[in-house]
Amino acid sequence: MKIIKSKDVTFEYIKRDENGEVEGINKALDNINLDVKEGEFISILGANGSGKSTFAKHINSILMPTEGTLWVDGMDTSDEDKILDIRMTAGMVFQNPDNQIIGQVIEEDVAFGPENMGVETAQIRERVDEALKTVGMLDYKKNSPNKLSGGQKQRVSIAGVLAMHPKCIVLDEPTAMLDPAGRKEVIRALRALNDVEKITIILITHYMEETIYSDRIFVMNKGKIAMEGTPREIFTRVEELEEFRLEIPQITRLAYELRKEGMRIPECVLTIKELCDALSR
Amino acid sequence: MNTEATLGQYYQTDSVIHRLDPRVKLVGTLLYMISLFIFNNIFCYAIAAVFLIVVIILCRVPLTHMLKGLRPILILMLFTVIFNIFFTPGEYLWQFGILHISKEGIKTAILILIRLTLLIISASIMTLTTTPNRLTDGLEKLFAPLKLIKVPVHEMAMMMSIALRFIPILMEETDKILKAQTARGAGFDSKKLTTRIKSLIPVIVPLFISAFRRASDLALAMEARCYHGGEGRTKLYPLKYAARDILSYVFMGIYIISLTAVGIINAKISLVNAIADIVSK
Amino acid sequence: MPIITDHLTYVYGAKSKSKKTALDDVSVKIEDGQFIGLIGHTGSGKTTFLQLLAGLIKPFSGTVYLDGEDIFAKDYDMKTLRGKLGIVFQYPEHQLFEETVFKDVCFGPKNLGLDEKEVQLRAYEALKLTGFEDDNFYRSPFELSGGQKRRAAIAGVLAMKPKILILDEPTAGLDPGGKKEILDLVKSLCKNQGITIILVSHSMEDMAEYADRILVMNDAKIVLDGTPTEVFSHYDELKGYGLNVPQVTLAMLQLRECGIPVRTDAITVEQAKKEILRVLR
Repeated sequence: MKIIKSKDVTFEYIKRDENGEVEGINKALDNINLDVKEGEFISILGANGSGKSTFAKHINSILMPTEGTLWVDGMDTSDEDKILDIRMTAGMVFQNPDNQIIGQVIEEDVAFGPENMGVETAQIRERVDEALKTVGMLDYKKNSPNKLSGGQKQRVSIAGVLAMHPKCIVLDEPTAMLDPAGRKEVIRALRALNDVEKITIILITHYMEETIYSDRIFVMNKGKIAMEGTPREIFTRVEELEEFRLEIPQITRLAYELRKEGMRIPECVLTIKELCDALSR
Repeated sequence: MNTEATLGQYYQTDSVIHRLDPRVKLVGTLLYMISLFIFNNIFCYAIAAVFLIVVIILCRVPLTHMLKGLRPILILMLFTVIFNIFFTPGEYLWQFGILHISKEGIKTAILILIRLTLLIISASIMTLTTTPNRLTDGLEKLFAPLKLIKVPVHEMAMMMSIALRFIPILMEETDKILKAQTARGAGFDSKKLTTRIKSLIPVIVPLFISAFRRASDLALAMEARCYHGGEGRTKLYPLKYAARDILSYVFMGIYIISLTAVGIINAKISLVNAIADIVSK
Repeated sequence: MPIITDHLTYVYGAKSKSKKTALDDVSVKIEDGQFIGLIGHTGSGKTTFLQLLAGLIKPFSGTVYLDGEDIFAKDYDMKTLRGKLGIVFQYPEHQLFEETVFKDVCFGPKNLGLDEKEVQLRAYEALKLTGFEDDNFYRSPFELSGGQKRRAAIAGVLAMKPKILILDEPTAGLDPGGKKEILDLVKSLCKNQGITIILVSHSMEDMAEYADRILVMNDAKIVLDGTPTEVFSHYDELKGYGLNVPQVTLAMLQLRECGIPVRTDAITVEQAKKEILRVLR
């Protein structure tokens, strides 16, 4: 079952100068074709301005393609009548943790989605507790969001989406504003969601090390999909990745350099353990 | 960072007053305040004080915490009291130029002091025992009939609750911008008013831009979580009157009746006294 | 222009019960022209330390000497400090406010009371230094891309010609390409202009690559101070502070455990490569 199917999706917007005159047309997305199967963990990598966030907004029907079609669980995202259903199916988490928490108490924030959907009170309670438990924030449910760390805030945001019982969660650079500890927290929570709850994850990021565990990676550049494959397939193409202004994790880089020096090392090394294994042979 | 204004900040604890329906507290506080203005004699104030003391005991907020909240208003209270002592005409006990102390002055000053204290404490009890969210919920429910004449009650309540959520964030931001511009040599302490207003531009412009950016981010996040106005919305904590709420309304009724009774008796006594005065003359 | 902090201590809410020591008796000397890396987990006191150095908050006890002068002395002119020490806050683009980039960059030097010609000359130089194209000088700062905005904001501080430049996570939220541009710029400011740099970062890899000396903060104190190689040899200690060592250092430690007799003091990919080749060839 394809949860997301994108066919020739193009998004153009008109660029205007100071006087409102048309300066040109920008193609933020250029013929995007991709499929995501239910239960997959997908990463979309790309530098700023590569179009990855624009694509994310399409999945949630915040933007609609100017050409081509995008289906979420079989629903056309351009279909105005289906907007709420699409948003319930594909939830979205944004970059800035402060600007997406609506409630002044954590449980009230997590309840916001189900409240909008018209879920009954008793069930909201259940969903809120369950969602907070899944991301490990149940103990904080009566707290104010202002006192939390960045990683905790993002986990609350994820819970807020979870409580809507989506099939798929799209995360638009959820870790860009976090410190390393917070980043780890969020990625760990996402992997658990994917493993245990079987929720489809689409992670948009520019940190390559966060994508090691995904099933497939799409690399975007200038509105196009420039590369596609498993992490192992992608990470071997060091020079291309650098061209796209991405940064190769140090371990992969080290293995790559050693290989260039003529050492016998497998083509792609993702973890320290793999490097140890390769070198102790 | 450490702007600790306790006035009106929610105090987390569990008490019968905390659990009351916010509508009861809103109506109660309003009635109480009105009663203080209508029945302004010492006997009625005594009853009002007793009533308030009972509530203070019931709400389990430490008195010290409550009084700390009064501190910022202390100057205002002092000013009012001094003004009344020195400028109320009547039987002079002491005189110096236009300044004088009269019996009536002292009496009014004392009455005003009591009234202000009662007013402020009663208002702060409401906010101390009710989360801002419950408060807006209460307001929304209370003013719901206005929807019939096309007043956007839900939207106004939502705006209020979002504003409350973002106040601490924007305060922090203001502090940060102030510091950053100070580091760039900006001065905010010029004696000339025009220069002083001008010197605020480097703070106000970024603050506005930030507020707008946050607002648009938040709107997007709300939309992504299926927000589509108040229609068909359910609640995690729907407002429903419980037995204790009905009971509170009854107590309120008793309070108003007894106050009215004392008020009338007091008025009669003073009338009789006045007549007796005239007769004896 | 060395900086010396003498038993510098800062306490939040010193009079209240909830007081918190944010900086505890820090004495450190920073020599001219050094590239200092400051690391520590969120809440370890880094920001407080930087704000004290910049004279933006007043210490509880102890003081800061810049060029042998006590910057918190009563007769010290803060303007002198502003001209000598610049500070770039997190997300500095949030402080831009003028109509054009050029005008915004002029703000700092203008506040120093320089004449118009000198102000413009400095603004021009600063923008050139940060790699701004002339075409962008008169554009509104709000039309620029994220990376450009950040460079404009940094230029605004550089135009004050500081001898010491403090940067609090200047690469937060940027993509790897943008991050490298900023760090290379900072490095060249240190090498070519002789500016002392104090840079906060969460990336141990960047610290290993760029810093001459690293200060590690934990629980309001400086707990480690030395060259990157020295500091990163304290793996267990850093771990205890919620910090890490660069990925390659971690890899070297693991390789050694696997029985490959490498030295474990490599902190960059280049060093690690050399060491592995030395041992295994």
